[in-house]
Amino acid sequence: MQNPYKAYPVRIDSIDVATEDKSLRTFTFVFLNPEDEQKFAYESGQFAELSIPGKGEIPIGIASSPTEKGFVRFTVFRTGLVTNHLHNMKVGDIMGVRGPLGHPYPLKDLEGKNIVIIGAGFAFTTLRSTIVYMLNPENRSRFGKIDVIYGARNPGMILYKDELTAWEQRDDINMHITVDGTDDPSWKYHTGFVPTITEKVAPQADDNTYAIMCGPPMMLKFTKPVLDKLGYKHENIILSLENRMKCGIGICGRCNIGKELICKDGPVFTLAQLKHMPEEDT
Amino acid sequence: MMKIINIDKQKWAGGVESLSKSYRLFGPVKDVDCHNFKELKQGEQPDLSYGNTKLSPKSVVFPPSEAMFTYSLDESNPEHHILKDVPKDYSPRAVLGMRPCDAKAVSLVRMNFDTPEYRDPYWMDAYEATTFVGLACENPCASCFCTSTGCGPYNEEGLDVLLVDNGNAYIAKALTEKGEKLLASGGFTDAGDASAVDAKKAAAEAKITAKIETDKLSEKVIMDLYDAPFWHDVAFACINCCTCTYACPTCWCFDIQDENKGCEGVRMRNWDSCMTPLFTMHGSGHNPRDKKHQRVRQRFMHKLKYFVDKYQKGIMCVGCGRCVQQCPVNLDIRTVSKTMNDYVAKS
Repeated sequence: MQNPYKAYPVRIDSIDVATEDKSLRTFTFVFLNPEDEQKFAYESGQFAELSIPGKGEIPIGIASSPTEKGFVRFTVFRTGLVTNHLHNMKVGDIMGVRGPLGHPYPLKDLEGKNIVIIGAGFAFTTLRSTIVYMLNPENRSRFGKIDVIYGARNPGMILYKDELTAWEQRDDINMHITVDGTDDPSWKYHTGFVPTITEKVAPQADDNTYAIMCGPPMMLKFTKPVLDKLGYKHENIILSLENRMKCGIGICGRCNIGKELICKDGPVFTLAQLKHMPEEDT
Repeated sequence: MMKIINIDKQKWAGGVESLSKSYRLFGPVKDVDCHNFKELKQGEQPDLSYGNTKLSPKSVVFPPSEAMFTYSLDESNPEHHILKDVPKDYSPRAVLGMRPCDAKAVSLVRMNFDTPEYRDPYWMDAYEATTFVGLACENPCASCFCTSTGCGPYNEEGLDVLLVDNGNAYIAKALTEKGEKLLASGGFTDAGDASAVDAKKAAAEAKITAKIETDKLSEKVIMDLYDAPFWHDVAFACINCCTCTYACPTCWCFDIQDENKGCEGVRMRNWDSCMTPLFTMHGSGHNPRDKKHQRVRQRFMHKLKYFVDKYQKGIMCVGCGRCVQQCPVNLDIRTVSKTMNDYVAKS
């Protein structure tokens, strides 16, 4: 059995500034040993430890989709020791990727269902992976209606703009893009917080409709009652959580909420499951 | 069929000497004002006259600080920034004279490091290389409460050999093949007689009067205990010194850190503690456990409720009493457990 702490060596293939304020960059990695790409087989919603020898590791959701081959991609917010260092690295630099880790979104169970994706800020990465996966010609027919509600602080903070624009042109996905506020007179999408827009545009719930949500705590807190109002069952609301992690494999003991370890038992949970787990900041 | 061997104390030191030829030996030795488990130097004997060690012997399989990988940051090195395995010595090793509570702790902790999904190679390789030789307790400490944790002064779980002090000799029970092999390797071959053991065991157990109450913990609801009003009171005196987690044989949390010197570096793992705020602090500065009562609650809920629910193997405590003895503010897990055990949520 291979050492689960050992990262696969990767080369940075490209670095793209992802937001106007440059606080987020998208890193595309290529595995140094081609066979490692097979070993890294992942599903949307999983994460990996980005491993920079000499600095440390950070758990980051996988932004690329399993349908995209030859690379793995992450969009990273610059905030601490490792991410600051990462933002200053250059194309061609060598580092490591360890994973895939955690449970994915249960897309196999969602086949035949209508899906509402609700995301905000830079938590859109694994949702981007999910959308790309579902829109893949081989997969699209296996899902029902797809709605996407995505909010950012202002137009400059929207991730994956080109893809959002392309998805807007399609008739097999309903895009609902919003910003908290903007003074741009040419802004042609929604203005307002995600919960408000969700209330306006999300389809009424039925047993066949599921919501997948990922975003900052405040957005989640205020969107949950909206989904309640629309009649979504808690079993049909799927969320992805995060916490400080080290090992990522359920051993080092710090990321638990109650008896569940976010890294290994999650990061994906249904709202029904979360109801039995403590809210850690009380 | 369990083998019983009689070890004349006159022959013990010579046997240890023989064992040192095929095992790395760890045993209790005098360490300034207390005893602790250390690797025995050539010719050094374990001091089996100790009561209990200040720290548990968990470090034999789980060192406080351990190298995981090395790497080079020198870009002229063709393999720079690639993690390299660290050479490890997993030749046979043996712990001599560990207390039964600490042995049971190792088997509880194993459930964390050896899971269906992942096997922690460092902990497991060290564990599999180790033969655990226990020493039954004749004179338990006043703070011991092992008999109410599913353990006891003569408990055999997690041990390969149990030694029972019988005056001029040790009665050695070989509990596993590994244990038999060790006894043979030490030249301990005299057939023994275990008839004295039961009475001695009953006498030792009778000396342990302290108890921990846990019988109702499994039926409690996590959310009820979590939201119970007593955590601020429980945590009031705690100074988050981490002594309890450091001394505890069942605490396993660790941190991973890169340490660099020039262009060379080592990825280390180090014991960590849920008592420190940094343990859970997010990169954003948000901390789900930034308050003391949240951290104290995490420690007791983990040991007395989360673990109970997750594994159905009882509490994550073996009653060694170290945290009770060493806590500078007299926080007592037995009191906390009773509070939790007795708690009825208002409906």
